[in-house]
Amino acid sequence: MNKFLKIGNGVLALLFLFSLEFTGCRSGVKGEKTEADTLAFTRSDAAVYENIKQAEKIFYTLPSPLESAMLIKSAGAVFDEDLLNPVDNTRNYNTNKSMALNLGIYTCDLSFASLYDQTQLIINYMSAAKKMADGLGILDAISDEDVEKLEANIHDREVIMDIVSQTYMNSNSYLEENGQPAIAAIVLTGGWIEGLYISTRLVDMKDFDNNKLVGRIIDQKLSIDILLRLLEESKGHPAIDEIIAQVQKIKTVFDKIQVTTTPVRPEYDQAANVTVLKSEVKADLSPDVFTELARTVTEIRSNLIK
Amino acid sequence: MRILKIASVLMLFALAQVIPANGQCKTFAKKTCLPELGSYTHDGNYHVTTLTVGEEAELFKTFYSDMEYRLAVCGDEGLPPIEFTVIDANRNILFSSREANYPKYWDFRLESSQQLRIVLKVAPSGTQGEILPSGCVAIMFGFKIK
Repeated sequence: MNKFLKIGNGVLALLFLFSLEFTGCRSGVKGEKTEADTLAFTRSDAAVYENIKQAEKIFYTLPSPLESAMLIKSAGAVFDEDLLNPVDNTRNYNTNKSMALNLGIYTCDLSFASLYDQTQLIINYMSAAKKMADGLGILDAISDEDVEKLEANIHDREVIMDIVSQTYMNSNSYLEENGQPAIAAIVLTGGWIEGLYISTRLVDMKDFDNNKLVGRIIDQKLSIDILLRLLEESKGHPAIDEIIAQVQKIKTVFDKIQVTTTPVRPEYDQAANVTVLKSEVKADLSPDVFTELARTVTEIRSNLIK
Repeated sequence: MRILKIASVLMLFALAQVIPANGQCKTFAKKTCLPELGSYTHDGNYHVTTLTVGEEAELFKTFYSDMEYRLAVCGDEGLPPIEFTVIDANRNILFSSREANYPKYWDFRLESSQQLRIVLKVAPSGTQGEILPSGCVAIMFGFKIK
């Protein structure tokens, strides 16, 4: 009896240790301790910071293809089909890297077409994105039912947006949950570069100053460090290392842009029932630096869609 | 031998309670958290993890001027409320859900684009000495289509 009890306790201890190990590793990425942990804070902020010690998981988030397309449209840009990656190129993508990059690129093109109500293009680009997802083995990211629903609601932008958002989430979640964060990061990178490419190509240089789209492009300076951090989590993966080198070239140009922001003041807008984060920003992007950025992004993007 | 079997079964049962399967979190995100976005369009990004009481997750994201956002944070039913704190690049706290009585979402817009950091934490449950509850936690973003 005692012997069995001992074995039972041993098994319990082993299972307990296993459970600790398993729960500790489940996030895939152990959070890094941030500077904020060691800084002194004033006012009531200090009380909230007391509890911010160390994160179990850190997410680095880029604007999704849908958000990138929305940023372009809200800046008043016009639609230009010629800027999209032709769907015939799908046959050229046979490696995981090229399929992942172009899943992001086609999803961005699909989002762009969707926001501008380009019905036939929406169907074509959904099929192109599906080919990429299927090629990567992402089960049911874009099902036949999704395509049928899209076709049946082709004039209902809200439904289309929901389908695009859902299929993109399906791809992301599948890759994250099946231990493929590197591929997930490549998909996000493809979408981000496509959004930047389309934006830079749509800027009318005759109307450079106070151009809202130029402002959106400057905003991407805020995301490039997030992108690099995201990619660096999978450093050592050959495809990721190649992409980091490409993204570094874009960062070199972004580093030439100076952006200053005044402190953010949250103010509650009772009528709209939202908090407004008030602040002002100044940036100094010259036409020359913009041209260099556009050229760099175009070169990189043309390599991605080859 | 019987004790061994019982112990193993009990431990496996405990593990099943502590570690939610990945698919479970995806279903949770879709069924529980996505509806919290209401009339806002989900951006399509997927940020779900499993956290135990007292644990934290952080998220870094750029938010853009003139866009109207909803940030939704959800935790599994068995978890205590999820605290979320929104912090700017100068480490100023812009919003603390704990101070607002733990709402599940926060609506905001920005006058200029900012990179923000969002810290999620499963609030302490006050049940010491027991197995700490663990479960799926999701954070989702939606924006208004213009």
